[in-house]
Amino acid sequence: MRDQRLWTWHIGAGAVILVLLGLHMTIMHLDAIVRVFSPQPGEPIAWANVVARGRSAFFLVTYVLLLGAALFHGFYGLRNILFELNPGTPAKKALNGFLLVAGVALFAVGTWAAWAGFTVARGA
Amino acid sequence: MIDNKGRPNRLGVVGWLGGGRWGLERYLYALHRLTGLGLLAYFVLHIGVTASRAFGEASWTAAMGRVSGPLFKTGEFLVFAAFAFHALNGVRLALVELGFAIGKPIEPVYPYRTSVDEQRPLAIGVMVVAAILVIVGGFGFLE
Repeated sequence: MRDQRLWTWHIGAGAVILVLLGLHMTIMHLDAIVRVFSPQPGEPIAWANVVARGRSAFFLVTYVLLLGAALFHGFYGLRNILFELNPGTPAKKALNGFLLVAGVALFAVGTWAAWAGFTVARGA
Repeated sequence: MIDNKGRPNRLGVVGWLGGGRWGLERYLYALHRLTGLGLLAYFVLHIGVTASRAFGEASWTAAMGRVSGPLFKTGEFLVFAAFAFHALNGVRLALVELGFAIGKPIEPVYPYRTSVDEQRPLAIGVMVVAAILVIVGGFGFLE
């Protein structure tokens, strides 16, 4: 039952990623067609454009949402691949613990960076 | 993930790429996993690199300078292509998991038909869309 619930979350997270990472990829790599989120001259990763997006609460919220969805989707997918290789029960427990700690730590770093970037952009 | 109940996955990772007369969908499955692992590895690095914007313009510019050049540009294109494939194939997998595009149940009358034949147009369709996205996005990398 627990795995069924986690699998459903995995698919749900995939849908969230599809929308938000699709937006991110459009901004970063289809900038020749879509410039609305890169109002300043230069590439989408130019500091002026990073600041322009960084000021937006919409981007702050969607970055954190994308971060959480992608970490869960990625680490749960990795867990499934590794579990299919039939590790023993102690290895499974260790793997669960490691992936959980790594995921939470990366989420904390990413969320801090998103918030700090938002603060820097607002002050720029 | 459900336990295998005494039928272990004997082929392991090797089974992703070989082990039988498999159809297109099986290779999409293998590629879905490979691209997923690649995207996860990139994502973990991406979190570290983009965190530099928290320290201001000089830190951001220095970080972007470290990941520029033809090698990183090529790697970035591969990430974009992996995303396009993984996303579109993921849509296909979700649709099939929810029962779409697999046809209605039919009597098993010879010559037998399988739902794989029903799924094939969807598989080909999403791969065509993924290829278009990769080509259109690829122009951005050539600039």
